[in-house]
Amino acid sequence: MSHDDVLNPKQMPHDPEKATLEGKNKFLGFWFFLGGETVLFASLFGTYLALNGSTQGENTPENLFGLELVFIMTMLLLTSSLTSVYAMYHMKNHDFGKMQLWLVITVALGLAFLGFEIYEFYHYIHEYDFTFRSSAFGSAFYTLVGFHGGHVLFGLCWITALIIRNQKRGLNLYNAPKYYTASLYWHFIDVVWVFIFTVVYLMGKVG
Amino acid sequence: MADHTGSKPVHQAEYERKQHREEMKQQVISFVMMILFTFVAFGMVMAGVDSFFVIPVLLLLAIVQVVFQLYYFMHMKNKGHDMPALMMYGGAAVALLTIITFTTIIWW
Amino acid sequence: MSTAVAQKRGLAATIWDYLTTVDHKKIALLYLYSGGFFFLIGGLEAMLIRIQLMKPDNNFISAGLYNEMITMHGTTMIFLAAMPLIFALMNAVVPLQIGARDVAFPFLNSLGFWLFFFGGILLNVSWFTGGAPDAGWTNYAPLSTTSPGHGVDYYVMGLQISGAGTLIAGINFLVTIINMRAPGMTYMRMPLFTWSTFVTSALILFAFPALTVGLFLMMFDRMFGSAFFDVALGGNVIIWEHLFWIFGHPEVYILILPLFGAFSDIFSTFSRKRLFGYSAMVFATVLIGFLGFMVWAHHMFTVGMGPIANSIFAVATMAIAVPTGIKIFNWLFTMWGGQIKMTSAMLWSVAFIPSFTIGGMTGVMLAAAAADFQYHDTYFVVGHFHYVIVGGVVFGIFAGLHYWWPKMFGKVLNEKLGKLAFWPFFIGFHLTFFIQHFLGLMGMPRRYWVFLEGQGLETGNLISTIGAFFMAIGTVIFLINIVYTAIKEPKVGGDPWDARTLEWSIPSPPPHYNFVQTPLVRGLDPLWVEKMDGKKGMTPAEPLGDIHMPNGSILPFMMSLGMFIAGFGFIYQVDNSSWLIAVFIGMGITLGSMLTRSLKDDLGHHIHKEELEADIKKGVGK
Repeated sequence: MSHDDVLNPKQMPHDPEKATLEGKNKFLGFWFFLGGETVLFASLFGTYLALNGSTQGENTPENLFGLELVFIMTMLLLTSSLTSVYAMYHMKNHDFGKMQLWLVITVALGLAFLGFEIYEFYHYIHEYDFTFRSSAFGSAFYTLVGFHGGHVLFGLCWITALIIRNQKRGLNLYNAPKYYTASLYWHFIDVVWVFIFTVVYLMGKVG
Repeated sequence: MADHTGSKPVHQAEYERKQHREEMKQQVISFVMMILFTFVAFGMVMAGVDSFFVIPVLLLLAIVQVVFQLYYFMHMKNKGHDMPALMMYGGAAVALLTIITFTTIIWW
Repeated sequence: MSTAVAQKRGLAATIWDYLTTVDHKKIALLYLYSGGFFFLIGGLEAMLIRIQLMKPDNNFISAGLYNEMITMHGTTMIFLAAMPLIFALMNAVVPLQIGARDVAFPFLNSLGFWLFFFGGILLNVSWFTGGAPDAGWTNYAPLSTTSPGHGVDYYVMGLQISGAGTLIAGINFLVTIINMRAPGMTYMRMPLFTWSTFVTSALILFAFPALTVGLFLMMFDRMFGSAFFDVALGGNVIIWEHLFWIFGHPEVYILILPLFGAFSDIFSTFSRKRLFGYSAMVFATVLIGFLGFMVWAHHMFTVGMGPIANSIFAVATMAIAVPTGIKIFNWLFTMWGGQIKMTSAMLWSVAFIPSFTIGGMTGVMLAAAAADFQYHDTYFVVGHFHYVIVGGVVFGIFAGLHYWWPKMFGKVLNEKLGKLAFWPFFIGFHLTFFIQHFLGLMGMPRRYWVFLEGQGLETGNLISTIGAFFMAIGTVIFLINIVYTAIKEPKVGGDPWDARTLEWSIPSPPPHYNFVQTPLVRGLDPLWVEKMDGKKGMTPAEPLGDIHMPNGSILPFMMSLGMFIAGFGFIYQVDNSSWLIAVFIGMGITLGSMLTRSLKDDLGHHIHKEELEADIKKGVGK
């Protein structure tokens, strides 16, 4: 059987992402990678928490952060998590067209999130003169939030590449694991963001 | 892969679709809960609730949200996720240890 | 890379084959050659250090060069010698021990190697570009953040790149061991070397991200002006120490655990007994891995964490002696009553037990936080960690190489030369490091360029230096043995040791698909089970059929090369921003290769039944 055959929905196995050995390996390996990423972000959070009192002048978390923007960003990212769940739902039902559509929506929401984040950084730098170099708090803030933003950017490129590459081919057992791991990655980005808006913004605002 | 090429009986395909719908329903419910939690979290901070109370509650809400995300959105509740769960808990344990360290024994 | 290519080929074709290979056995050889090369460099640095400390007030090398030597000796030996040599053994053996045809991610396996390789080369390029890193292998801030020149920048970029490779290799082995085991190979039937590889890989997964973050922060501080470790802007230098040791302490277990596994396999093979207390050994391995994450702060007792934190970490550290003790006794009981054959591999293993136990004892001494204030940063510590790392890791690597050499190369290393290499190394090792405990107790601090006359340190240091030369002689004899064996020794069959585990059921060296038919495992020590039933080899678990194998690829090499180029860009853009071009070119090559990888389908190839039947006729099957 060639992998390039578009599978007849009637023949598609129950879990197309785990139907082949390669798929099983990818699935497991990617989860383990996320286990490692947990430690990576914990180290960044730890550094941030250790340094979040090391501010310079008026640029404290309480003065800087505006919750309205963060709230919108949170809603965007949470919703994008749901849309990628819908995409995987349609993958399991072998509805390739709808899966692609929901992924496009996910990418659009992710792009909006990233746009707001860039605006936020721009705003801090130009309105408050709060930069990566101005204090240890600044370094820690931009590194933690920036690492998350970098993950978002990477995820967007990844999902976009998958959408374009497979548009003409449809779903098969070769690319199903790729879609599935990309969606896991996207959810993990959301997991990290939940802690960022809680620990950095909300707790920063409370003081 | 030979065992997958045979056509599936119609009733099984229907059963699977139903299962998927059921799971999707759970996922939508968890999404609604997550949105609700987020509203509560932002609401409490904007209303200026006392920090002694609000910080533990914020952390609790975040952890519950993440549990929803992991177990429903990422399917960790499903079969065949023992090893992923083991490694995620491993990572979480090291993460917790790291965070405790950086908030207690780092000086000042 | 089908079997047909195995005919006469030119040098260029062979090089191309190794650049593109995804075969775990060839990647093992690449790890072995480059790890061995870095081991010799690290050893040379050690000799220069010992010559400098041969007599009081010596001026053999300058103070600055001495700092570079100690830094590069430690960094090279840990990251560029011990780690890859261990990965060489893992790659060569683990897939065979579990009855797999390859690892779970052959492409990533190759990527892991090339990242390590280019990271190591990048680090060592610093010798020729104005000075190697000189802030110690632990690279503590602010010594490292204020170190002039680019030495520490090389440290940061080199370790970042090779660390990424290690993380990839760790994930690869985890998935391989979980998903690729042959039918019947349950977790509690896995050989100890496979078990310890599994635990080690989990440690890598959770420990290396902390180093990654630490190196990023250091990179941002040194190259992009951030303030993590800049106290004037509110930074905190203790963050580096914690991140480094959250990684660093699991790292020493990452080094020793696989060799605990190798020793277990060697003891049971050459005692002709099954391992004593198999399940206790597995439990002890997992427990050491678990506790390994709770003890990092014992490297920081004198930092001022307070008595409560110090006590917690002291007790946790001492607790590790319990599972380690379980292991020591189980090895002794494995030998007890066995038909012991004192081969070279066994000699190294037997010598390991007392040597490592001494290191463990001084470890418990150091774990006593109050006493540690006296030992800290003296030669006592240097003596301690060389006893565990040389007496454990290096002895283990030698033992493992002697044991698995026939599987990797089809020839048994000459036994006479093997023993001749052992004795000078063993005697030299104890001469070099035993006396260092006493030098430390007498107050000699580590990392000092010179010591003074008339303080009673002369004799001890001279003895230590003489010992180092003995170790060098042992290493040279081992190298001679490799050459001698390659030229003079005869080819051997698949099972020269009359051994017990799956890797010995196939030819040496194995065909590139390893097993013609996946074997059926019927118990612990599967090959031994079959032998006891009077069978010649394993019972197959599947009929003879086509085998699916992955294709080779140059992309892992290109991705790593891109990182290497970008590394230079990052280091030198501080002086001149036009170096940013190198960053863009390098990252472009890496990301472009990644994109190529994901856009181009790579479905692998099949080895057909007819080819396999032809191979069996040539004697591959049994």
